[in-house]
Amino acid sequence: MLSRTADNLFWLARYMERAEDVARLLDVGLRMASLSLESVADESEWHSTITAAGCEESFYAKHRVPSAQAVIDHLTRDPDNPSSILSCLRKARRNARTDRTGITTDMWEAVNAAWIEARALRDEDFALENIRHFLDWVKDKALRFSGAAGGTMLRNDAYWFVRLGMALERADNTARILDVKYHVLLPGHESIGGTRDYYQWTSILRSVSAQRAYHWVYRDRLKPWLVADLLILRPEMPRSLAACFSEVVRHLDKLAEAYGSRGECHRIAGQIHARLRYGKIEEIFQQGLHEVLTEIIDQNIVLGREITRQYLS
Amino acid sequence: MARDSFDEMGPAGACRAPYAQIDRWLLETPTETMELKRREAEFIFRRTGITFAVYTEGGDPERLIPFDVIPRVLDSHEWAFLSRGLEQRVKALNAFIADMYGEQAFLKAGKIPRELVLTNPGFLKEMVGVEVPRRVYTHVAGIDIVRVAPDEFYVLEDNCRTPSGVSYMLENREVMTRLFPDLLTRHRVKPVSHYPDELLETLRSVAPRNCKADPTVVLLTPGHFNSAYYEHSFLADEMGIELVEGVDLVVQDLVVYMRTTRGLQRVDVIYRRIDDGFLDPAVFRPDSMLGVRGIMAAYRAGNVSLCNAPGAGVSDDKAIYTYVPEMVRFYLGEEPILRNVPTWRCGEAEGLAYVLDHLAELVVKDVAGSGGYGMLVGPHATAAERAAFAEKIRATPHGYIAQPTLALSTCPTFVASGVAPRHVDLRPYVLVGREIRLVPGGLTRVALREGSLVVNSSQGGGTKDTWVVDA
Repeated sequence: MLSRTADNLFWLARYMERAEDVARLLDVGLRMASLSLESVADESEWHSTITAAGCEESFYAKHRVPSAQAVIDHLTRDPDNPSSILSCLRKARRNARTDRTGITTDMWEAVNAAWIEARALRDEDFALENIRHFLDWVKDKALRFSGAAGGTMLRNDAYWFVRLGMALERADNTARILDVKYHVLLPGHESIGGTRDYYQWTSILRSVSAQRAYHWVYRDRLKPWLVADLLILRPEMPRSLAACFSEVVRHLDKLAEAYGSRGECHRIAGQIHARLRYGKIEEIFQQGLHEVLTEIIDQNIVLGREITRQYLS
Repeated sequence: MARDSFDEMGPAGACRAPYAQIDRWLLETPTETMELKRREAEFIFRRTGITFAVYTEGGDPERLIPFDVIPRVLDSHEWAFLSRGLEQRVKALNAFIADMYGEQAFLKAGKIPRELVLTNPGFLKEMVGVEVPRRVYTHVAGIDIVRVAPDEFYVLEDNCRTPSGVSYMLENREVMTRLFPDLLTRHRVKPVSHYPDELLETLRSVAPRNCKADPTVVLLTPGHFNSAYYEHSFLADEMGIELVEGVDLVVQDLVVYMRTTRGLQRVDVIYRRIDDGFLDPAVFRPDSMLGVRGIMAAYRAGNVSLCNAPGAGVSDDKAIYTYVPEMVRFYLGEEPILRNVPTWRCGEAEGLAYVLDHLAELVVKDVAGSGGYGMLVGPHATAAERAAFAEKIRATPHGYIAQPTLALSTCPTFVASGVAPRHVDLRPYVLVGREIRLVPGGLTRVALREGSLVVNSSQGGGTKDTWVVDA
């Protein structure tokens, strides 16, 4: 396969996944903000959403205060934000269009339909009171794409690059969503383990569609370290870091098998995966949740660079 | 204008045989149904992403070429005549190009002014003496044909460089099959969907002399900003070959490779859809970002084939066009089957005088122009426009030719006012490799505006499916 084609497929999948992930991040923000009473706390939640999305720089270049509408606009449709949902959909379509030959008709139609519908959206579709519809719509489109890929692609290198991109992006997102909690300040009179804290953890679970999974896995009431355990270490939870990296490793192994050679990217992926596979949540909390998450996000970036070096350029 | 033209379906009550069922179908089908089908077709085109880009105007950069749901029908006798003529013409064109880069016998015999060839922008001195596989230069030729009477066809233009539009021929049929399965079955329309297989066979048959194994064929595109990008990706997909851009290719030791996820892989045949000037920054335009440095050297060394060959354009310029009938006689010793439109060369004194005297009746074309740009349609122009154009002709007479305004044939077409006759042309595609191959059909372009003779998609033209039926 052409390296450029592989690169297109990899990024097509990443952008579609990122569109969904930004929607999920915004969903956490909305849920947390709806718990706030004081305006200061409100801003803190929106600030944390922007930080977790990795969009601090682009946001504060244009806005002074993280108001709900400003954050929503920036993350959904600001063309100056390369990670805004519409930017992702636009770039995904560009990648798909460049490689019409590398993807199936169903995948193309999923991406193209998303883009055509996105262009027909009006200002009011992005208003705070309507944004839920939009976020559901984004999830819908991304799931359709992922379903089309899973249901129609040949199981060869093209498929592995798509899945690799998806898993890598998803890992990044899960780490970031968990990190939102770190950035959100609890108001002074609220304590860790208090009502607000409890609802914030719930919001995180719901944003990754894992509330039911939590109860099914732990059969326990909500405890912060178990939420972290579920989203970091549990292999059966599809958006957990452990599950994502197990996929990354699996697809990289498939590629190594097909092409008959391994590289630095395989070593790094194996290293991250081992750490998650054999890790314990107590140790992670001892080292500091935020520190561990930051480290994984950084390692993930290095891994992406190595994959590019090995296959995509 | 439409009144004087030959209508391919025939006048009301005297329907021509190939259209008998179409006539009945049109009478039976209510306008609302046609409108519904038209919209459905548009929806399919947009969903599949069959768009083309028009850069000169504002608005949506990705537009659909309007598709007319009423097919254009040719019977098998008409097609047999056309294909014989096309085969002959393309043979002569290839012989001419080979000659121009070889012995130049046509020049020596005084059949054409030397400077017309040697100073032609399509003539590449870099191609002189290059050994070309099977001496084929134009592997894919698109010959534009117009019709003025039941048995009167004229070649309007030869496209020997990188003719486009064949994906519309294929997709139009695909859409018609989805919209009107019955109608197609009843007509026993000859299939066209094997075109990509024929193209691939053609490309494989012109592998370079140093290719000893199964040739690796790729399609080289300028990229997704190109207006024909959809076609490039469609054809690559249908042929099951890689769609590459210049950045994907690299030349090492006179061999062309593509960069793949497994490392470098050798490439033998390149169906290139970028213009000569952009092929190789080391030889042609140094600022080209689309081409591949060193590819011409690899070509000359016999390590890679380029299709169509660089320099094929020396045969398809509008001034050279007037000599094609003579090429048929000279190279093949035959009388041309397909006629040229009578043409005056403004570069010759009598021609110029005649053209300036008869501007109001003539179509004047810039010999280097394409896509319907840079031309004057005398009968439709104002006196002021004609005067301005006359000045341009006087300034560079060699740059212009003139032809009578032909009464192009019309076909029934579904327009806002219902079904009405509109002018059409036809572009069949001729494939040349070890043998000459044609699929029965081509691209029918239709001028959607009433009375208009300009069928170019960039100027409001649409397309129709072209049916060759048994009869």
